[in-house]
Amino acid sequence: MKRRDLIIIGAGPAGLSAAIEAAQYGLDVVVYDENALPGGQLFKQIHKFFGSKEHRARERGFRIGQQLLEEAGRAGVEVVLGAQVIGLYDGLIVQVVRGDRIERVRANAVVIATGASENMVPFPGWTLPGVIGAGAAQTMANLHGVRPGNDLLMVGCGNVGVVVAYQMLQAGCRVQAMIDASRAIGGYGVHAAKVARTGVPFFLGHTILQAEGDGKVESATIAQVDERWQPVPGTEKTFAVDTICLAVGLTPATQLSRMAGCTMVNLPGLGGLVPATAQNGATSVPGLYVAGDAGGIEEASSAMIRGRLAGLAAARRQGFADSQAAESRGQELHESLDRLRGGPFGERIRAAEELMHKALEKEAACQTA
Amino acid sequence: MSDCLKTNGYLLMEDLANAPGVPSAERRKQGPVAIFECIQEIPCNPCEQACDKDAVRVGSKITDRPELNAENCSGCGKCVSACPGQAVFIVDESKGDEAYVTLPYEFLPLPDKGEIVLALDRSGSVLGEARIVRSRLLDSMDRTAQVTMAVPLEWSMQARFFKRKEA
Ligand SMILES: Cc1cc2nc3c(=O)[nH]c(=O)nc-3n(C[C@H](O)[C@H](O)[C@H](O)COP(=O)(O)OP(=O)(O)OC[C@H]3O[C@@H](n4cnc5c(N)ncnc54)[C@H](O)[C@@H]3O)c2cc1C
Ligand code: SF4
Ligand code: SF4
Repeated sequence: MKRRDLIIIGAGPAGLSAAIEAAQYGLDVVVYDENALPGGQLFKQIHKFFGSKEHRARERGFRIGQQLLEEAGRAGVEVVLGAQVIGLYDGLIVQVVRGDRIERVRANAVVIATGASENMVPFPGWTLPGVIGAGAAQTMANLHGVRPGNDLLMVGCGNVGVVVAYQMLQAGCRVQAMIDASRAIGGYGVHAAKVARTGVPFFLGHTILQAEGDGKVESATIAQVDERWQPVPGTEKTFAVDTICLAVGLTPATQLSRMAGCTMVNLPGLGGLVPATAQNGATSVPGLYVAGDAGGIEEASSAMIRGRLAGLAAARRQGFADSQAAESRGQELHESLDRLRGGPFGERIRAAEELMHKALEKEAACQTA
Repeated sequence: MSDCLKTNGYLLMEDLANAPGVPSAERRKQGPVAIFECIQEIPCNPCEQACDKDAVRVGSKITDRPELNAENCSGCGKCVSACPGQAVFIVDESKGDEAYVTLPYEFLPLPDKGEIVLALDRSGSVLGEARIVRSRLLDSMDRTAQVTMAVPLEWSMQARFFKRKEA
């Protein structure tokens, strides 16, 4: 069996950053991604990112992806595309499908950076052609130059909903309405404002009742919801749309961490079930790390830092990183992450981290008892 | 602060009245000046990084809101294209009965100089006709163009977007 210092699963911002960081310390690193294109979510992000210069703010996401790839190349990282990891044994034996072959490779450390999958909401008519995820809408418009539809209803007003709605306007769609069951827009006000000033109405405290149409979406009916999120009769509104775009949250991709036997915790603030991790991404399985959305839904900016922390930890574990310098590098990365997680929008993550910390303490207490 | 941003997606005048990034009425009369319509504490500071006149400050805590030092601002517009939230506008109330409003614009094609368009307010409601004074897209703007429209003076703090007339 071949052996590598570090195997990274997923070539999104988290995985590429972990690879770059670890390779700098001299580790032999390979990154597997099932996709034909590297970069994860970044290649669909045509908008400028927030943050500070250290977080590559004001760069457009796809360009950050290109930069990461170039950096990985310069650092000597091997990126293997079309390589789906289907198994993780003893935490450190990686089973990967390449073409018509299955290979097993042993690693001294593994970083899971597999990202997340989109949530769906079922409603009558949700299987009609024309009901799509926000990620699919983005892939069609921004990667393939195909407009998903002409008249669109966006379900979900978090950052994904408002960002994708704007991109659909840029692609030439008419966005007929934005709805969300919550009473307040979850995305940044500035993102919502650039959609609103084009004349798109927002309906908060509303849900989708059904999609209507003969063989494809022709209209959608929404209604207001009460305190228990039940539709209020008499408040229905119908929009003539051919596309219903769902942006109702993401769920961390945990198949591999569960298979490896990581201790899991359920933290709604991070998107549901996630592996219990220390701040550097270390899971309960020695040598196995998680970074980015696979360990809790956040942002690309933070995924890049979390990736670097995991890469650094994997290097230190194998004695590659001189401890004093590595210590201060770790400190610097943590501070950068804290700067991103400040303010009211970081509250969700800060609270979930607190709960994660408590869960780990409990776990440690159980083990010593 | 009103709930309008959270429920309808746009700011009301009252939300901007005491915001740290909004220039005074007197300053607006003196010539072009930036307005930062960014009042939530989000982790972001490219506007500060873009300004070489020390006219906007976010500070070391990047979730703090941008604060305008209107005396230093030349209305150059560097911050307009740098802002990932498209939340910065330039207003010039020194042009007689017209106000010039410059806004970030990421749609193609750009409007032509002299074109008559419909000015929209923050909610996207039509205010009335406006005239395009300038469309500008430099490499340094990284595809966030700047469009300047002339509107009646009384709309200077309302007009924030435009719609092209059907051909
Ligand atoms: C519409 C939208 C707008 C966004 N805007 C912003 C923004 O403005 N700023 C910001 O910071 N963030 C933004 N984000 C969030 C950001 O895109 C994600 O948080 C980030 O991409 C997560 O990075 P990641 O590396 O963890 O995962 P991903 O980018 O999802 O990458 C995961 C990779 O793993 C691969 N993979 C998964 N499973 C396997 C397997 N079994 N074997 C091999 N490969 C596998 C996938 O192919 C993928 O390439 C946005 C997200 C969306 C959807
Ligand atoms: S308009 Fe120019 S001078 Fe004024 S704040 Fe913006 S970048 Fe600075
Ligand atoms: S760059 Fe824009 S969104 Fe960011 S702080 Fe400045 S004004 Fe706000």
